[in-house]
Amino acid sequence: MSGTEPAHRQLGMTDTEYESVVDILGRPPMPAELAMYSVMWSEHCSYKSSRAWLSRFPTEAPWVVVGPGENAGVVDLGDGWLAALRIESHNHPSFVEPYQGAATGVGGILRDVFTMGARPIAVWDPLRFGPLSVARNRYLLSGVVSGIAGYGNAVGVPTLGGEVEFADCYSANPLINVMALGLLKREQLVLRAASGDGNVAVLLGSATGRDGIGGASILASASFDEDSGTKRPSVQVGDPFEEKRLIEACLELYEKGLVVGIQDLGAAGISCATSESAAGGGMGMDVDLDAVHLREHDMTPGEILMSESQERMLAIVRPEDLDDVLALAEKWEIAASAIGHVNPSKQLRVFHQGELVADVPAASLSDDAPLYRRPAERPDYLDHVWKVDEPLPAGIDLGETLLLLLDDPALADASWIYEQYDHQLFLNTVIGPGSDGTLMRIKGTRKGLAVSTDGNALLCYLDPRRGSARLVYEAALNVAVTGARPFAVVDNLNFGNPEKPGVMWQFLETVEGMAEACEVLGVPVIGGNVSFYNETDGVDVYPSPVVGMLGFCDPMPEDPPRLDRAEAGMDVWLVGPEDPDDFAAGAYNRVVLGHRRGRPAAPDPGTAVTVVDAAASLAFTVPVLHDVSSGGLAVALAEICINSDIGIEIDNGEWQYLLSESPHRFVAVLPAGRQPDVHNVPVRRIGTMGGDHIDFGRHGSVTVAEAAAAWHDALRSRLG
Amino acid sequence: MTKLRIDIRRKEGLSDPEGVATLRALHDLGYAEVGEVHFGRMIYLDVSEEDESSVGARVEEMCRRLLANPVIEDWTVETVE
Amino acid sequence: MRVAVVVFPGTNCEHDVAYALGELGTSPELVWHRETALDGFDGVVLPGGFAHGDYLRTGAIARFSPVMTAVERHAVEGTPVLGICNGFQILCEAGLLPGALVANRDLKFICRPVPLRIESTNSILTRTARVGQVLRLPLNSYEGNYIAPAKDLERLEAQGRVMLRYCDAAGVADQSTNPNGSTNSIAGIANTAGNVAALMPHPERAIEGLLGSTDGRVLLESFVASMAREPARA
Repeated sequence: MSGTEPAHRQLGMTDTEYESVVDILGRPPMPAELAMYSVMWSEHCSYKSSRAWLSRFPTEAPWVVVGPGENAGVVDLGDGWLAALRIESHNHPSFVEPYQGAATGVGGILRDVFTMGARPIAVWDPLRFGPLSVARNRYLLSGVVSGIAGYGNAVGVPTLGGEVEFADCYSANPLINVMALGLLKREQLVLRAASGDGNVAVLLGSATGRDGIGGASILASASFDEDSGTKRPSVQVGDPFEEKRLIEACLELYEKGLVVGIQDLGAAGISCATSESAAGGGMGMDVDLDAVHLREHDMTPGEILMSESQERMLAIVRPEDLDDVLALAEKWEIAASAIGHVNPSKQLRVFHQGELVADVPAASLSDDAPLYRRPAERPDYLDHVWKVDEPLPAGIDLGETLLLLLDDPALADASWIYEQYDHQLFLNTVIGPGSDGTLMRIKGTRKGLAVSTDGNALLCYLDPRRGSARLVYEAALNVAVTGARPFAVVDNLNFGNPEKPGVMWQFLETVEGMAEACEVLGVPVIGGNVSFYNETDGVDVYPSPVVGMLGFCDPMPEDPPRLDRAEAGMDVWLVGPEDPDDFAAGAYNRVVLGHRRGRPAAPDPGTAVTVVDAAASLAFTVPVLHDVSSGGLAVALAEICINSDIGIEIDNGEWQYLLSESPHRFVAVLPAGRQPDVHNVPVRRIGTMGGDHIDFGRHGSVTVAEAAAAWHDALRSRLG
Repeated sequence: MTKLRIDIRRKEGLSDPEGVATLRALHDLGYAEVGEVHFGRMIYLDVSEEDESSVGARVEEMCRRLLANPVIEDWTVETVE
Repeated sequence: MRVAVVVFPGTNCEHDVAYALGELGTSPELVWHRETALDGFDGVVLPGGFAHGDYLRTGAIARFSPVMTAVERHAVEGTPVLGICNGFQILCEAGLLPGALVANRDLKFICRPVPLRIESTNSILTRTARVGQVLRLPLNSYEGNYIAPAKDLERLEAQGRVMLRYCDAAGVADQSTNPNGSTNSIAGIANTAGNVAALMPHPERAIEGLLGSTDGRVLLESFVASMAREPARA
């Protein structure tokens, strides 16, 4: 570090934060102590700008085993089965180096799951980029997808779904979120707490180097500017093979009961793992940095403590088990070093070359982190953006319009992306990528797990509260169409600069909207991630919350609905209320009219619940169910036709009903003469499957072949 | 200590998809003058020699058995100063 | 019937292969790569994954694992030895099959079901199938592109040792129906005796209708039938 700035400012700390540290210690901090506080109190690690409000989320339910606060949320699936779920962002590193940024994002989220005792069984990747017309965005998307594929496939965890959204605001701030699901039996559950005076802290995995030094504090807690290129050396490099060995070694350690507690090393590396495990157990820890296996010589104590080298875990082990742990590590060719001891002092004391270089209250690194209630103010842009002066046309050619929509990269066939991911490993995937929700089975049981990740940042930009609530309902419907009931949520909240009152307002509105919707559905939030400072040269991203919804059913449908099971002669039904005027944030406005204005309609909580229930029941008896979302009914119907390779004749009124994107609706396709067995929801027959055209009657038509070509080629033609 | 550089290349006539893709990319960028692209790998070895005369033979063995795939690759070994 | 499913560090399909073999009535056992003996097994499978991280070259380090000496002995003695995906790559590096697997033509990982045509029934992989039969099996690889020196390729074709070729749903195998650029659309091959065979797609991923396809049974049943013909050798 150079320059005349005080050390704490170079590490990203404010003067006030520095003063807090002095208060806590009763003296100025030593360099290694300052390093630890700087990373632990960074936005990414401490959630200092968001923490005050996250308690608004409902977090309790009888089936929640571990709520927010541990590495992953855990829920009870009955019969001794538990599921662990976590979502994380790796936004800033992926802009700097897309392959490694995304790859290490996958690595990190997997560790959060297997540190709970669970074998990671699947990953999802909600992604946001700038428009593909810009070469750099194509480079970022390709790099990120390669990175997720390269890491996920090699480490041996299938990637089962995700989504992709495009907007200008993401050109300089792509959003890369990754979600992981793990499965475990109750007796395998492990928490982070280091307990037991005299127990040994064992560092497992890769050697510690200078990777990502200050990554948490430098990259994820600050906005980008012209100098971002020089931040490249801070990016971590992942080794999926090391991680695979680490997963197997840890699972075997758990099976043999050899660990008392375990914590993965992510942001803030050893600083975080040691302090959080000690504090979690109400204990203290002595750490000897000389015992840490290093990749580079002459690292300073601060560097060792801040390093974000990947593929490392910290296990708390009884002294009598230490030899067995080391032998097991050797079997899996994992380096292991005993680096510390648990004691009752409640202090984290760090030694280096015989000197005490840090002596801080273990809990203070997380518990005393600053808590900011930053000012929030409704931003002006809303008044402009809610005004839509141009009326919609009286009549349109729906056939032509449909082709334009199917060609939109956010709506099109995403197989260019997901065929780079192994989506079948473990033989659990019943419904994989390319559908509304993923459906997995648990072998040996009739239980089913469904997952959807849903974001719509434009919707949230136009109205954060309505938008984020609608995302939760959307995600619930996406799992319900597989037969599962919404069971738990994790959220990834990606926002701009929280020091701006307008951004803070968007954040608060989002939290409120999501919390209300979760309460209405009775779904607990079991974890989440907040990523602030997604801003470049003063331009913030849209408020971009992503909902990760876990659904559960027992038993699951024997023959779940699929998009390719429609047949000629079957009737097509629309279930749910219809609003022909909900075009704000819709694909028609964005792709055809070329504007992003309007105010989205408010969701209807009562209807949301009945529609979700209807879908979850129907899934057991009908061949096709499809949620209606982006692109409205027209696109939903087209997707069924393309997947089933059969046309449709649509009886419909005004064209607006086919392109409006009002929420709480799904399509059901049933054998002729059968009616969907639903109660308390509007249901209307809207067409018949057959022929080779998608026929909108007086509004026009296209052949299924033309629609399929547009849909299949959209990403391929742009990305190669 | 002898420092060696082993240069491994795919045999002529065998498919080199990375080479093909890179050639296409170069042409797309306007470098029409490039005729062919082939990929190889360099491996650097630091070898302590008990018996100088046997280093060559032993390194050849290393290449044949592990470092290269003789079915589809050729290699050369050079001493680096 | 006891089947050894070999596990290298980085292998990840061993549980799926064991599951599939179990469903077909055999007794699969996971065998760690450091074991030096495979006594009493009726068959050996090298499953998919990333043995040794695919470092150096895919399969290059795995072929030297202690267990491979025993695998080789079984191969020589006529025991059915099946390589799936990474297993195919390892068998080639070990010299038990000719040629090698390199990067897919389009330099992207491919995970999707592909049609395959049965070319010959003279191997443990295809014994109970029908020549010309078209199956749909999941492909899941980055290095699925088969290459071999010209004379090895000629011999392979002349001796009818290509077991499976990529094709379209109608069974047409040409460059336009070739997903990864594999020479002559080769997806699976066998040794001269027919007891060592390997393929890039994953039959174990296609044995249950619930997960999409049961075409993998055709090939795995051939493997099981072949083991029944050759009792366990020490």
